[in-house]
Amino acid sequence: MAAHSAVLSMSKIINPFWGGRLGNTVKVFGTTLTSHRNKTLLTGENIPPPAKYGGRHTVTLIPGDGIGPELLNHVREVFRFSCVPVDFEVVNVNSALETDDDMNNAITAIRRNGIALKGNIETKHTMAPSVKSRNNLLRTSLDLYANVMHCQSLPGVQTRHKNIDIMIIRENTEGEYSSLEHESVSGVVESLKIITRNNSLRIADYAFKLAREKGRRRVTAVHKANIMKLGDGLFLQCCREVASGYPDITFDSMIVDNTTMQLVSKPHQFDVMVMPNLYGNVVSNVCAGLVGGPGLVPGANYGNAYAVFETATRNTGKSIAGKNIANPTAMLLASCMMLDHLKLYDHATMIRHAVLKTMNETRLHTADIGGQGTTSEVVQTIMRIIQSGGQLTTEL
Amino acid sequence: MTARSVRSLPGVLKSVFSNRLSRVYGAAACNQRHKSTYTPPPARYGGRHTVTLIPGDGIGPELAHHVRELFRFCCVPVDFEVVNVDSSMASEDDINNAIMAIRRNGVALKGNIETNHNLPPSYKSRNSLLRTTLDLYANVMHCQSLPGVRTRHKNIDIMIIRENTEGEYSSLEHENVPGVVECLKIITKTKSLRIADYAFRAARATGRRRVTAVHKANIMKLADGLFLECCKEVASGYPEISFDSMIVDNTTMQLVSRPQQFDVMVMPNLYGNVVSNVCAGLVGGPGLVPGANYGEDYAVFETGTRNTGKSIANHNTANPTAMLLASCLLLDHVKLHAYASMIRRAILSTITETRLHTADLGGQGSTSEVVQSIMNAVQSTGPQTLSI
Repeated sequence: MAAHSAVLSMSKIINPFWGGRLGNTVKVFGTTLTSHRNKTLLTGENIPPPAKYGGRHTVTLIPGDGIGPELLNHVREVFRFSCVPVDFEVVNVNSALETDDDMNNAITAIRRNGIALKGNIETKHTMAPSVKSRNNLLRTSLDLYANVMHCQSLPGVQTRHKNIDIMIIRENTEGEYSSLEHESVSGVVESLKIITRNNSLRIADYAFKLAREKGRRRVTAVHKANIMKLGDGLFLQCCREVASGYPDITFDSMIVDNTTMQLVSKPHQFDVMVMPNLYGNVVSNVCAGLVGGPGLVPGANYGNAYAVFETATRNTGKSIAGKNIANPTAMLLASCMMLDHLKLYDHATMIRHAVLKTMNETRLHTADIGGQGTTSEVVQTIMRIIQSGGQLTTEL
Repeated sequence: MTARSVRSLPGVLKSVFSNRLSRVYGAAACNQRHKSTYTPPPARYGGRHTVTLIPGDGIGPELAHHVRELFRFCCVPVDFEVVNVDSSMASEDDINNAIMAIRRNGVALKGNIETNHNLPPSYKSRNSLLRTTLDLYANVMHCQSLPGVRTRHKNIDIMIIRENTEGEYSSLEHENVPGVVECLKIITKTKSLRIADYAFRAARATGRRRVTAVHKANIMKLADGLFLECCKEVASGYPEISFDSMIVDNTTMQLVSRPQQFDVMVMPNLYGNVVSNVCAGLVGGPGLVPGANYGEDYAVFETGTRNTGKSIANHNTANPTAMLLASCLLLDHVKLHAYASMIRRAILSTITETRLHTADLGGQGSTSEVVQSIMNAVQSTGPQTLSI
């Protein structure tokens, strides 16, 4: 087909490193053609090569709803200003439609590019229960099994607790979010929470590997195994198994209610925490609240082959959409994490440094951290700091 | 037989007891744990109430002992029927006895019974068993900032009403395929309506303006969607109380930044567990908040966060405040309001003394010192007490 020949002609120009894997390119193209959203058997040969051509990366951008579009515009603005070699492929998902076509397109785009930056897609309560949460669909189809959130106290942001540094690793695909519910008898709803050995081993392994990589000393598993003996009991057992293979890291466990109580009184005792889906949701929101709110913390969803970056607490922010008061910090820090993932470390450090420096200026704080600054002021300041850093930038 | 002994009782009581006695005896005799539809009369004779006391494990026994000490000292007309539950035994006889005693007396004060992780999964949590058998469907926890306790947030006054019998705590789990476990979370219309009704009635009774339902209906559309729908239905019958809903993750985040925005919160079982623990942490910790479990016929009082406290058992460092405030809730329930306010006042005046704070509040006081001080405070206000 035309596309194949185009790929073949391109391959001669791109360095021979790619030549040996050409056959994979054809297979990849075939995979993207079929609009299936089913979990592809991602063996080694099917992982697409990084979407990089001429030194520029292509990243999928999903604006989402609420404050998503405006924040992502700012991200693009900052990237363009800082001459970051990233091109965004924008895919819009309309949350009001009942069909899954939009979502399928988005997932295909992410499969093609390997990386995405997204805003939160709203899940309307008024629609039929068969319309599943789009965000959830994305995570399960791409098997983004680990949600990593690094909560750090930012200098310049006044919070009740200081010096918090907690890394939360949350299972992202199963647990309570299986969307398996049924009403066998009218008035009685059964909702299934699924815990599997494979996924639990996988997430525990991810947690310990990450802890070792970052030089962390302690991993805490959060569970409710005194009540859900089989379910959370299995999760805990898997964590213990994996822990035995990492003797340099201490492992302990804590019940979720005690964990949340300790988090609000003594959060400094926690280092790395690993947990199933729902507890992860609650605990990550508590930690986000402790370090200053939803506008400050970035989140990343990692799978074996794909990575999607977003704000950690996944808020749509409908009530503040379009008012220029949203806090762009979370989204910008998420984009820095994305740049790190793409190995563009210099650009990542530069932007991160500018964002943190802007945080110190109290008069620029947005409404969620108690100030009166606007989003555009914050972004302008960040760009000015980047420019003063001496890097190559476009005109302001 | 018992019928004859009833006849020997003074005539004034006979009329109350005689026509109902045979059925009561029958219900108590059969060792079944099924829901009894019969409400026994209050266990009160000669002006003295009988209350079941389940010491539990960990710090439970010592705190229960302090409660008895204090009640005896203040001449509170309550007798405790102590029922021990051994958590290490796999048979359910102990807990059945306890449940029978609570059926008999109607009211209980309990410590937390430990759930040993090493026992097989068929061994259900004793606390959960007690709650579901007696159908104690509403867990009410009133989190208030106490004067004299330094916390990061001030002026918190949140009432948390948590569904206590269904939801994630149904203990229904199975492993159809090895390595894949399914846990069932059950939400029913009747129970959701019941708990919502309880919440709005309690809000109205205490003059509260706002009820917030906490849910995760964007993900669990059918289950939490049903719960939310039931809350909305009930809300329409209480037009003076404003009703809104909030997703649980946003709720916990708001709780740690601005807890003053919440008034009354109603929610299913697991979210209730997490949210109540967050609120307990905000007002000062597990040693300060009492909890109450109400059903149609029975009421059981305990500490709000249900901690066993194994690591501090018998060290004389546990905070007795939560258990003592729970006993005041008990006194209010059996309508001994004067005693309840007396003890509560004494507890609050002791809490303001920083040098008496126990370890969990950052002080170095011991449990016995705190209890002594409470007894002193009670004596100094003048009502009849035994000598210290």
